[in-house]
Order: sequence, then C-alpha cells, then structure tokens
Amino acid sequence: MTRAWLLALLLAIGLPAHAAIETHTFDTPAQEQRYKHLIDELRCLVCQNQNLADSDAELAQDLRRKTYEMVRAGKSDQEILDYMVQRYGDFVLYRPPLKGTTLALWVGPFLILAVGVGVLIRVITRRRAEPTETDDAAELARVERLLAAGKDRKA
Amino acid sequence: MKKFALPLVIFLVIAGFLAIGLKLDPREVPSPFIDKPAPAFSLPQLHKPEATISPADLKGQVWLLNVWASWCVSCRAEHEVVTRLARTGEVPVVGLNYKDERDAALGWLRRLGDPYKVSAVDINGDVGIDWGVYGVPETFVIDQQGVVRHKHIGPITDKSVSDTILPLVRKLKGAS
Repeated sequence: MTRAWLLALLLAIGLPAHAAIETHTFDTPAQEQRYKHLIDELRCLVCQNQNLADSDAELAQDLRRKTYEMVRAGKSDQEILDYMVQRYGDFVLYRPPLKGTTLALWVGPFLILAVGVGVLIRVITRRRAEPTETDDAAELARVERLLAAGKDRKA
Repeated sequence: MKKFALPLVIFLVIAGFLAIGLKLDPREVPSPFIDKPAPAFSLPQLHKPEATISPADLKGQVWLLNVWASWCVSCRAEHEVVTRLARTGEVPVVGLNYKDERDAALGWLRRLGDPYKVSAVDINGDVGIDWGVYGVPETFVIDQQGVVRHKHIGPITDKSVSDTILPLVRKLKGAS
C-alpha cells in the first residue's frame, strides 16, 4: 500500500520535461522550407555525425539561429552556405564540393568498385581457362591405378 | 610463394591506411582561416566593459587568441599551461571570453589567476562563429600583419606549446 502511495507521489512530483522548442516565424512558407533544407544540409561540428537540424549542441543552436536570421534577411542559399564554409570549411557541408582536395572522396568508391570488378573478372576468366581434366597420359594411368587399388581394398 | 604476394600486398595497404586512420583525430577540422586575415571584431573588455578591444589594436605584434569560458572544463585544464606560456613574456595572450557571464568569468580569473593581457567579451558567441570556433578552448596564433597562422583545437599542453606554438611565434617574430 505504502508503495503505491510512494509511486503516486513520485508521479505527481515528476519534474517537468525540459524541452526547449525553438519557435521561428517566417514570412513565407518558402522561407521555412529553405531554412529546413539548409539546417538539414549543414553539419554540426561538435557532434560530427549529426546535421544542424538534429543536433542539440550549443553551437548547433547558434548556427541554426544564424541560418534563421540570414534566411529572414533574404540571403540566398548559396550566400548562407558560403558564410558557413568561410568559417568552418568544407567540413560543414554534408555534400562537399568536387575539387582537388575532395577528389578522393568522390572518385574513391568508384575506383575501388572498378578494381573489385576487375579482380573478379580476372579470377573468373582464369578459372575458366584452367584445364579441369588432365591430358597427361602418365598422370591418368596413375589415377586409374590408384582407383583400382581403392576398389580392391574395399572389396 | 607467389600465391601469397597479392594478399600480402592487399593486407599491407589496408594496414597502412588503418594505421594512418588511427593517428587522425576527426575532431580536428582544419581551419579555413590559416594564412587568411583574422576576422575583425570590436568587443567590450572583460575588466573594463566601457573599453573595447579589436584585433586591429594588436597589429604589428605576434599574439595569441585563446578562446575560453568559465563553464568550460578543458579551459580549466589548460589554464596552467596558458599561464606558464604567458609568463615567458614571449607572446601576449588575448582572451576571448566565449558565451560566459561576466561575474562568473571574473571570479574564475580571480581564483585561478589571469594570464591574459586583455579578455574580450563575446556574450552570444557571434565572434566565435566568425572565427570558426566550435570546441572551446581554442587557440589561434596571429602574426604582425594580422594573419592567422595556426589554430589549436582543444586544450593546449606543454608539449604543444614547446613543439608548435613557441617555435612558430619565434619564427614569425624573426621574420619581421
């Protein structure tokens, strides 16, 4: 009985869940779409495998605020992305641009795939070319002898 | 023997890449500011809120910008190192008090000692964003022309001071 009362008490004084919801108001639905798209494309530098939209880090909150302010100020998507890259480098983009330093990133997987396919083709063709039965007469004779000997033993 | 050559080569290549990968720290994002002019700011000083400080005030000398906050645990860890570095007198250390409260920041310096020539107050972190700060503490080396030469992410250690920061400071000073 006391246990039930304790439980009820615990439930009653349960701390209010701390949920900070950012309320942003936009002039147009298009602005909101752009804001959502941008925070989806930008990486949080603190928790590196999350984008700004997902992250609860302080920096992510600040960068969301910056993005929001710039969207409201009528900055284009490219201007906002440039602003971020200027400060945090290409790393802030989930889709890094194709250039010298990121070439391996873009081409690498295809290169590895090509090498893999090449090796596979070589292995298959070589296996096909390999004679499966021997033409060597002496060898054949030896095999037959061995087989015969095996039969004898079994019998 | 030849049969094992290819797998051995593949193994060595993979092992090589993994060894390099082990040494890389993904948290160290290369700063786009290296060899670029330091972003300008004009911020109130921590001790004298009516006065401001800006990178332009430090032109003509090599200086360090150390981003810190009283709420930052790693800043406390590096504080002794920063103090020792400032005490050498080789290079002035300017603090950027990042997203902190004035009272807390002043109390922190009173308790632990103040190695900074001056600390700039960046209440909402806007200057931090301009400088690409993402993990306090961070330390920048700026040369006489106001160009960022080096960025250290995370707490500086005696080793990074003696191996990287001081040699660079001396080199930059010698170059002028």
